[in-house]
Amino acid sequence: MTARPRAATADPPWLAGLLIGAALAVAGVVLVLPLAAVFTESLRRGWEVAWEAIIEPDAVSAMQLTLLVAAIAVPVNTLGGIAAAWAIARCDFPGRRLLVTLIELPFSVSPVISGLVYVLLFGAQGYFGPWLAAHDIQILFALPGLVLATIFVTFPFVARTLIPLMQEQGQAEEEAALTLGANTWQILWHVTLPKIRWALLAGILLCNARAMGEFGAVAVVSGHIRGQTNTMPLHVEILYNEYMFVGAFAVASLLALLGLITLGAKTALEILSRSRMGSHA
Amino acid sequence: MSGTALFRLRRQALPGRGLALGVTLVWLGGFILIPLAALALRPWEKGLGGIWAVLTEPRVLAGFRLSFGASALAALIAAPLGLLLAWVITRYEFPGRRALDALIDLPFALPTAVAGLAMTAIFANNGWLGEPLAAWFGWTVAFRPAGVVVALVFVALPFIARTVEPVLRDLPRETEEAAATLGATRVQTIARVVLPALAPALLTGFGLGFARAVGEYGSVIFIAGNMPMVSEILPLLIVVKLEQFDYAGAAAIGLAMLLLAFVILLGLNLLQLLLRRGQP
Amino acid sequence: MITSAISRRASLAGLTLFAADSQARAQAPQAPQQLLNVSYDPTREFYREYHTAFAEFWAGQGHPRPRLSASHGGSGRQARAVIDGLAADVVTLALAYDIDAIADRGLLAKEWQTRLPDNASPYTSTIVFLVRRGNPKALRDWPDLLKAGVSVITPNPKTSGGARWNYLALWAWALRQPGGTEATAEQAVTQLFRQVPVLDTGARGSTTTFVQRGQGDVLLAWENEAHLALQEFPQAGLEIVYPAFSILAEPPVSVVDANVDRRGTRPLAEAYLQHLYSDQGQRIAAKHFYRPRNPDVLREAGSRFPNIEFATVDTVFGGWRRAQATHFDDGGVFDRIYRPGGR
Repeated sequence: MTARPRAATADPPWLAGLLIGAALAVAGVVLVLPLAAVFTESLRRGWEVAWEAIIEPDAVSAMQLTLLVAAIAVPVNTLGGIAAAWAIARCDFPGRRLLVTLIELPFSVSPVISGLVYVLLFGAQGYFGPWLAAHDIQILFALPGLVLATIFVTFPFVARTLIPLMQEQGQAEEEAALTLGANTWQILWHVTLPKIRWALLAGILLCNARAMGEFGAVAVVSGHIRGQTNTMPLHVEILYNEYMFVGAFAVASLLALLGLITLGAKTALEILSRSRMGSHA
Repeated sequence: MSGTALFRLRRQALPGRGLALGVTLVWLGGFILIPLAALALRPWEKGLGGIWAVLTEPRVLAGFRLSFGASALAALIAAPLGLLLAWVITRYEFPGRRALDALIDLPFALPTAVAGLAMTAIFANNGWLGEPLAAWFGWTVAFRPAGVVVALVFVALPFIARTVEPVLRDLPRETEEAAATLGATRVQTIARVVLPALAPALLTGFGLGFARAVGEYGSVIFIAGNMPMVSEILPLLIVVKLEQFDYAGAAAIGLAMLLLAFVILLGLNLLQLLLRRGQP
Repeated sequence: MITSAISRRASLAGLTLFAADSQARAQAPQAPQQLLNVSYDPTREFYREYHTAFAEFWAGQGHPRPRLSASHGGSGRQARAVIDGLAADVVTLALAYDIDAIADRGLLAKEWQTRLPDNASPYTSTIVFLVRRGNPKALRDWPDLLKAGVSVITPNPKTSGGARWNYLALWAWALRQPGGTEATAEQAVTQLFRQVPVLDTGARGSTTTFVQRGQGDVLLAWENEAHLALQEFPQAGLEIVYPAFSILAEPPVSVVDANVDRRGTRPLAEAYLQHLYSDQGQRIAAKHFYRPRNPDVLREAGSRFPNIEFATVDTVFGGWRRAQATHFDDGGVFDRIYRPGGR
């Protein structure tokens, strides 16, 4: 970051210009255009129509449900992620690589399968279905099912951000604290967490964005009851299917905006962490 | 890698191992492993013959070809694009660099259904890109396998860019300088020195992007057209099987998909190991 | 082994938590009753209006005002959700087979279709053609759809109830042609699906593809769905073509016995379905382009529902179970004839 142009490794201006131009073009077509399409479509009939679609009761209840689901799923995966990172980066035991692989497994599992596995477990035809029905417990097509599917899909985000960072940082400070007589919680709270807090926040942000935006997995377990088990992405699909295109894109823009804010906050975090680490490096 | 080994030599056991490991295993077991066990168990009620019959249905075979083929193609297209983005944001200083850096994560943060809707709107015959593409070249993207590939490029792009980026940042400048001193032009240096050093990371990114693309659902179903035998992806086939009350069949496809993706990732890992070994 | 024990205990703890939650909800004293209608795609607008009317009616009978909600989607997907445990009080689906499938799992009585008048279908519909302005390809009847260069939009019969009616309508038409046999009918259907460029999973998806995305020359659609598209997209310049002959689609309704008995909502659910047969219910159905069963209400609607000749599934195909097994189950006729890419 600090190094200024070095003649030998500096690219000729024509090459740099060409590559920057090409990169901007790629980002423009692949990334910006879809975003622009969402916002344009939602404002096709003006702000008011879009706004009405957002404050309509079913949309509001979809937002509340989405927030609620994320508010349960994200902390679960955050705690799990911190525990896993501590175990893997700070402790010795056989099979650590296997554990990392297993934690990353949900990334390569199709969201549809993430929903399907809970149908196989808790559906009326599933392994626990009869027992659940006998005890009048509703998991599928209700909040618990949505939460479980969301946890599955967003499972690795926090752990994956923390594990490589904590491995790289090493544990000299923790060992020093231990020698000074600190207990586990004190070490975690006063030594480790401050070292990883920015990365942790970035991981939580991405985890949250994915939790709020998940479609495939929750589509399988939701039941699509308006005002009850519809999350925002499902509400987008429903509006789309009811010919309320402006409404669909309006709620979609809200989700897109949420994504943009997430990215902005994450970038801000990175800048912050770099300037704080400036003295370190 | 050698750094970790060094650490391990003088590493002191920190407390909290039992607790941390316990929490991790409960978390992993309860939310991931038990559910996946259900996926692994359910198909067998059909028997081996039944599973084979499901997997060799022409429609399912076509789904396998499309899902794995389109994902490989998409990851192949996304690889140079992702490399380009990573290169530009790590090597050059220009206005808008940070914005570009942030934008790369957009496919992570944008809900897949929203991305699917947007891309369908763009690539449909009357869309921003669909119309000129059809008028000038006679190409149709939406509702064809090409649409699937386009959606998957979007999905796979950040995986490649974000895997290559840190390696690119850490690449020692000395080798590049040495090459330059030895008389190599800049382009030669990039082609002969930088790219080979990036190959393992590029391969990892390719694998991640590919695995994610195979499973992608939300952004694809809007744009694919979902024609059996032509543009029907495997996750959709799972949904279709479910709608026909064929739970074991759905689980069989899901399990096969997972296993095949795993074998491919394993192969990529081996290839990467070979690549690493070939380097000094 | 220790791990699995730990995680089992953990998930049990989670389960009891959920249990406490759901019991608390079930015991809410004297709350207005809730009713969930699990329905198929094109009924959204109809049931939205019906819910307002029925809630009014039920409250007028001296009951607390009920909370009515609906879930919509492809008919097969919806039936699957009910089988998997979606707590529907009533189902109002696209075809009898999907309700039969729920009955097969023991959630409702096998003889459900005789519990309400008219095959338990309070309204009927049929399959019509939706074409573009001025009908440029001159599509007037079924044989016109099979001409070279005509591109037809229909959803996938494997997943969509409406698409199965489309398919059966063409099959029934082909059978009654001079010299028509099972073989010629199969040929006609094969030819039709060769001309289908996009096969969505549900009726709504197909309408969007045809109207918004500009795909295809003709959409095979539910009569009510076609009229709704006309209303929603006046600027798209669409026209409805009635073939001389089509199929009588009878979308059936039923109470889900297992769920209403568990939740204590049977009186509400039965009244909800019976009210569909009342003059008010029939008028709302007619307003949303479902053909009312009540002849007086049908007469009131006048030219809204052109008179065409109908075949029924029972007379031509021997009922839905047989039609499903022969044509749409895995390995059935549709699987055999559907070979896309043959274009």
